[in-house]
Amino acid sequence: MTGSYLRNEEPVTHDSVRVLVPSGMLGSGFPPEIIERGLDLGADVIALDGGSTDSGPYYLGTGTAKTTAAAVSRDLRLLLRAAATARIPLIIGSCGTSGTDSGVDWVAAMTREILAEENLGLRVATIYSEQQATDLKKHLDQGRIHPLPPHGDLDLATLESCTHIVAMMGHEPIVEALAAGADVVLAGRATDTALAAALPLMAGLPAGPAWHAAKIVECGAQCTTDPRSSGVFATIDATGFTIEPLDPAVSCTPTSVAAHMLYETADPFSMREPAGTLMVADATYRALDDRRVRVEGSRFEPGPHTNKLEGARITGYETMSFTAIRDPHILGQITTWAQLLRRVTADRVTQTLGLSTDDYAFDIRLYGYNAVLEAIDPGTLPPREVGVMLLVSAADQQTATAIAKIANPLMLHLPTPDMDYLPSLAFPFSPAETERGAAYEFVLNHVVDVDSPTALFRINLLENTDA
Amino acid sequence: MPETGTPRTVADLALEVRSKNAGPFWVTMELFIRDSTGYDLVAGPGYLSAPVIARLYGVAAETIRIFRIPELNVVKISFPRPVAQGSLRDRDIHAGQHHVPLALYPLPEVF
Repeated sequence: MTGSYLRNEEPVTHDSVRVLVPSGMLGSGFPPEIIERGLDLGADVIALDGGSTDSGPYYLGTGTAKTTAAAVSRDLRLLLRAAATARIPLIIGSCGTSGTDSGVDWVAAMTREILAEENLGLRVATIYSEQQATDLKKHLDQGRIHPLPPHGDLDLATLESCTHIVAMMGHEPIVEALAAGADVVLAGRATDTALAAALPLMAGLPAGPAWHAAKIVECGAQCTTDPRSSGVFATIDATGFTIEPLDPAVSCTPTSVAAHMLYETADPFSMREPAGTLMVADATYRALDDRRVRVEGSRFEPGPHTNKLEGARITGYETMSFTAIRDPHILGQITTWAQLLRRVTADRVTQTLGLSTDDYAFDIRLYGYNAVLEAIDPGTLPPREVGVMLLVSAADQQTATAIAKIANPLMLHLPTPDMDYLPSLAFPFSPAETERGAAYEFVLNHVVDVDSPTALFRINLLENTDA
Repeated sequence: MPETGTPRTVADLALEVRSKNAGPFWVTMELFIRDSTGYDLVAGPGYLSAPVIARLYGVAAETIRIFRIPELNVVKISFPRPVAQGSLRDRDIHAGQHHVPLALYPLPEVF
């Protein structure tokens, strides 16, 4: 692609679009040389994901970010400078980890501050993707919300129980923001792929290679021979795409690229986007040289337009306590000991607080024995030491902590049935209890049929910050 | 993973065995087998079948999806997460350690 894509140009067909992806996530850090190399290769756009559901429901539930502000700001500054220098757009999606409105505002505030400090005159567009249960109720009533496996039909109570709901945008709202003249697009929840696919699709390139390339680059160097390195560069054209790492010491091989379709996907051959389905079963992967791979044969089948919903709600309030056992006698009967702890704690909670096991729940995890896999653990070796985590969930924080405190003397002194003295176990902390606050769960795994791919999203072109 | 000696488990034939969330409600795992000989053994019918995976992971056989990809010497297995991500009973938020029962699954008696 030649010339600037900015400043309200009409979309025109280009021979190719070159996409620079500096890393797998905004705030994860990348060497500045990666960006320089991408610009030298003639990047037409910088695209970067700002979030994921992978670290759990807490971030969507609270509308807060997993990444720390200093790390996000550091990456943003390098990217904004690069976008201004090369006069190419910068597209960031799923701002603030979960793509809530608060996440977009958080990244937008940092962006404005950096643009002012650096005296960069870039136009910023924000795209909001948060949804209100009252608005979604209309879609639900009209039968326009459908479950994805393994979920069943959605009910209104579930929608209303969410603290935050976001819809995942495809490329269309991003393209609209670029067409309106945005130099920097800060999007709420978006598919990881929409960010890198937006400009190639806007330029009229075929959807198969555009979406497939976008999937391959979405985790940065994960598709290279060294996933610890940073940055990949994809050139999308009329017949396919070419991919290469931005770290000169690293390679892309046909295997490293093809294998990336496996990563975090339930189905490696087809992938649903809001606008249709990417099909890669017939794609071919060919080495152009020892660092670059050519991919052809990917197809995109347009489908009814849908946007996926994500929602999180509070399940309760948690308090955690942790002790440790080194005594070989207790370790020799560790499952018996844990059953005893479970039973005596429940009895004492009933005696003291008058609560039944319907009112609260707790989990006892034996770290060093079978905490991670528990019933499906294939291991049989006796442990040398065990960390005992008690995790309590109750309707409010005070109750959760009261239950953990009732368990405290047991976690300090509980003997096995055959001991006639009280052991003292190894607490690592005083106080033993840590209040975790509200705990969340993901509850939505549904799509909404929409008439327009931009209907659920609000695009806001901010004032030019040109100083 | 021993470089020499008789391979005993799936991991002994693999470059990597890994697991990860595929969105909040699914877990997926991949066996990257070292060569086509090992792949033919591991990908053979009836060895890593849905009932075998169901027993290893305590999940319903009909929910399991198995993909065999000879071009990459890869077997990929996906199923709905038995425990909701981040819930009280979830001990592996990213499902990143759930490959172990698969990796330690004994090989058929052919060596």
